[in-house]
Amino acid sequence: MKIIVSGEKKEVAENLTVAALIEQEKVETPQYVTVSVNEEFIESGSFADRILHEGDEVEFLYFMGGGK
Amino acid sequence: MAFTNEQLERYSRHIILKEIGVKGQKKLTASKVLIIGAGGLGAPAALYLAAAGVGTIGIVDADVVDLSNLQRQVIHTTEDIGKKKVDSAAETMRQINPDVTVNTYHQFVTGDNILDLIEGYDFILDGTDNFPAKFLINDACVMAGKPFSHAGIIRFKGQLTTVIPGESPCYRCIFKDPPPKDAVPTCRQAGVIGAMGGVIGSLQAMEAIKYITGAGELLAGYLLTFDALSMQFRKIKLPPRGSGCAVCSDHPTITKLIDYEQAACELKK
Ligand SMILES: [Zn+2]
Repeated sequence: MKIIVSGEKKEVAENLTVAALIEQEKVETPQYVTVSVNEEFIESGSFADRILHEGDEVEFLYFMGGGK
Repeated sequence: MAFTNEQLERYSRHIILKEIGVKGQKKLTASKVLIIGAGGLGAPAALYLAAAGVGTIGIVDADVVDLSNLQRQVIHTTEDIGKKKVDSAAETMRQINPDVTVNTYHQFVTGDNILDLIEGYDFILDGTDNFPAKFLINDACVMAGKPFSHAGIIRFKGQLTTVIPGESPCYRCIFKDPPPKDAVPTCRQAGVIGAMGGVIGSLQAMEAIKYITGAGELLAGYLLTFDALSMQFRKIKLPPRGSGCAVCSDHPTITKLIDYEQAACELKK
């Protein structure tokens, strides 16, 4: 199926979970990433249960602590 | 108050813009912006806000200028090494534009002082370099109903959002709690390309100017990310202000400011 990850179309396996996508995408500091699917935040506790569907739009939001 | 001929000339490139005009320039002159952190983000933001004629600019920073700052903190010069950053920044801002009143606060922001610091200002810029300060600024601005620009930079990346408390999602809507100490690197540990502060800090100044003048649409409800290596900007739509947010929801569970522990490497410096 096709989903959109960080604005780009991706072909992924059916029934892929958010947790599996995080691993597949080699997300940096995966334990601290915020994920939204179709403009809705996903609780980090449910990454493993949340199954993605055709056309879902996934965003990864990262901590960025610098500034000085 | 009418502008002098000199002011009309100084601000002529603003005044000619239909989104700003004399009316918008007067709003800038009457406005007060507080910049927290006179560093990579705060330095360019302060330069542009002073040049733009923001009437009062407050600047908060407890550090002194260090040689390693000069690669990106363009408001300070080699001669300023050892000076308080707030004094060095104030001096440069006054040289750029004597119309500007600069207030300096040589201190760290804490749960005890931040509400007093932000009270008299219309818009706040977060130019700090650590998560405890970023969460503190978010929570204080939400509690006080102060609009602010949040930003972060590291390596070749930067991001920012604008928070209008009660309307748009806050920093804590995106990130519930600060990461544990040293779990996520800061630019002191990971490095940052100097010009990144210029890109993102200038965008923060842009948001402040837009907020004050009412020009265009703010970056409220969006996170703008920038990757310099691929030269990609992305404007990511954020979920609406969460009913579950601990600080900005209608039934917040955080009602007192929290001083999170600083990462050890930051205390040392
Ligand atoms: Zn919130």
